[in-house]
Amino acid sequence: MMNQNIQKLLGLLSLSLFLSFTAFAQQEGKFGQVSGSFQFDAQMYQPDEKLGITDSIIGGKTARMNAFGNIIYRLGNFSAGVRYEAYLPPMAGYDNRLEGQGFANRWARYNTGIIDVTVGNFYDQFGTGMIFRAYEEWTLGYDNSVDGVRAILTPAKGVTIKGIWGTQRYFWDKYEKNSRGIVRGGDMDFFLNDIISSLSESKTKITLGGGLVSRYQADMDPIYKLPENVAAWSGRMNLSYGGFFWLTEYAHKINDPNAINNFIYKDGQAIYSSVSYSQKGFGISASAKWIDNMGFKSDRAVTGQSLDINFLPPLTKTHSYSLMAMYPYATQPNGEAAFQATINYHVPKKSALGGKYGMGIELNFSRTQSIKKTLASDSDVIGEPGTLGYESKFLSLGDELYFQDIGIEIDKKINRHFKLIASADLFNYNMDIIEGHPGEPMVDAFVWVTDLSYRFKRKHSIRWEMSQLLTKQDQGNWLATTIEYNFAPKWFLAIMDQYNYVNKDGVISYTTPEGEIHKKTIEKLHYPTVSAGYTKGTTRVLLSYGRQREGILCVGGVCRVVPKSNGFKITITSSF
Amino acid sequence: MKKLGILFSFLLFTFVVTAQNKSYKTLPSVNVKTITGESFNTSEIDNDGKPIIISFWALWCHPCIKELTTIADVYEDWQEDTGVKLYAISIDDVRSTAKVGPLVNGKGWEYEVLLDPNGDFKRAMNVNMIPHTFVLDGNKNIVWQHTSFAEGAELDLIEIIEKVKNGEDISEH
Repeated sequence: MMNQNIQKLLGLLSLSLFLSFTAFAQQEGKFGQVSGSFQFDAQMYQPDEKLGITDSIIGGKTARMNAFGNIIYRLGNFSAGVRYEAYLPPMAGYDNRLEGQGFANRWARYNTGIIDVTVGNFYDQFGTGMIFRAYEEWTLGYDNSVDGVRAILTPAKGVTIKGIWGTQRYFWDKYEKNSRGIVRGGDMDFFLNDIISSLSESKTKITLGGGLVSRYQADMDPIYKLPENVAAWSGRMNLSYGGFFWLTEYAHKINDPNAINNFIYKDGQAIYSSVSYSQKGFGISASAKWIDNMGFKSDRAVTGQSLDINFLPPLTKTHSYSLMAMYPYATQPNGEAAFQATINYHVPKKSALGGKYGMGIELNFSRTQSIKKTLASDSDVIGEPGTLGYESKFLSLGDELYFQDIGIEIDKKINRHFKLIASADLFNYNMDIIEGHPGEPMVDAFVWVTDLSYRFKRKHSIRWEMSQLLTKQDQGNWLATTIEYNFAPKWFLAIMDQYNYVNKDGVISYTTPEGEIHKKTIEKLHYPTVSAGYTKGTTRVLLSYGRQREGILCVGGVCRVVPKSNGFKITITSSF
Repeated sequence: MKKLGILFSFLLFTFVVTAQNKSYKTLPSVNVKTITGESFNTSEIDNDGKPIIISFWALWCHPCIKELTTIADVYEDWQEDTGVKLYAISIDDVRSTAKVGPLVNGKGWEYEVLLDPNGDFKRAMNVNMIPHTFVLDGNKNIVWQHTSFAEGAELDLIEIIEKVKNGEDISEH
């Protein structure tokens, strides 16, 4: 204990020395430059009978706080950084294992352009990330940085060779022998137009790449004989010609019995491909993905959102209007097939539909469904632990729908004062699969949003957002409205209410496939919030007070369940 | 003890922030990608000695798209008056990088668009929230930055760019 305190003290002391030095160095340009960022989020929780939040649920932890500070120092080819984080205790909805504080991240890097070496914590991805991606999303409490060594070589123009070796962050647990796996890997990337002289002037641009990642974790299992070294590899290609672009990647993982796939010995594989074409005023893109048994973590016993070695992107539109984001999709690593297409069109100015300023239209479609799994020769049921689990033909489709979203969004500047965004989406959300709630029915929801901005002075504007979600399942219907007053660029004030009016009698009923009728009564409830913000340069202060509905917050493919709460919240963020 | 530690770090931060003042920073060298998938080093961001705007955005960020659309309406005039060039850095990850090109072209934006799918450039530039906009002077020093967008903020931005171009003081902004 004593030792730890001394360590902490030493850490702080060295940080302060480092800071004072760099702060001093700032005044003299040639001593390098310092930049950094900072964020502080705190919430006061109060009991709310209607939400079912009592004093005993809050349990004395009425005030919670998440914060971080990041500092980067740069001098010529050298750079170094530290990130301090504190969760005292973590805000509701974050993993409790985050509780504590300290330096979550420290690194040093030397980059000459030909060789680029990092020691300490780093983030990187190979290709699309299907075999390796280390990244962080602080607002979601997600960080799977690798602590180790990374070297990037650029021996010739158009050639990049990467090597990584380390262990991944697991909350505050320091790596000790066999506490989790070790990750190592390499990746190569060739931009052919730079390498092959006859292609240098070509309009067709081709990049080829491939990588290999391996995890070492000792086998200490009493029942199964588990592979200690698990490798995954991938090959990829990028091709572009004028406005046309095609990217495709195939990945394969050798047998890796783990807690996600329920300890089966089957190999995993995945393919991702996307094409797009665009010209002025028009763009279209289509992507497809097929994955089978591709969950890959540093520790085979872990599930949930930590220690991910790879990243399997969900092929769905990321919605930001809150009712649109009510039912977001999360990738099913054990198998899914997905397709997505988007069309963007700008109706020209001065046309009948376009009016004086033109009009933007976006159509999107995405669908994810199961893959076909058949019984393996050595197992009695699909997915039986300790066996090959099941068989699946590459690119085979199953018949269960996981998620679908069909939507349209238009944006139009009406005149000098008014701007309108209107959007409508139809969702099918398989709650049973996505949230792991067996027996829950498929949620079919229709959502519309209108977002009108009115600028009445040069820098004063009012934004009015109206939206409605209609569904016969889950919690029923919602109506939401936001009125926001902006005085650019510094001030804003917003009042928001989300009303869960369920339906006329407040009862949700559905019939299970077995013919049973389920009924649940949901209380009609308002979720009002008031918020205000002040921004000066990069410093932003946000205050809000009110009820927050339970929901799933997703950023960049990672989602977090935000619990319902009531109280006062403050966010301060800055960077320099 | 814990609380003291936090307070201490907090004070240090404030100290560093205030110590910053007049020393300008330059761009870090980070590899990002063009919309056609080729590698691009951020040290190659350039505008022949004229001002540069760097704006971090994403497809899911409505205020970001509002900002870029608003600027697109006046971008031609801005370029004529100041020679400014805007680099729009999309931090969308691989799930939607294929949609960036079609959206940019669909909206008819004339910006230089780069992809930062793993947030390497975002982290190196200390971007916490988007939209986050930087202004660089002719020597590629970062002279101004701002987060968030509201209607009318573009008027401030062009005012700053004009001052930067003429070498005037922008400390009041």
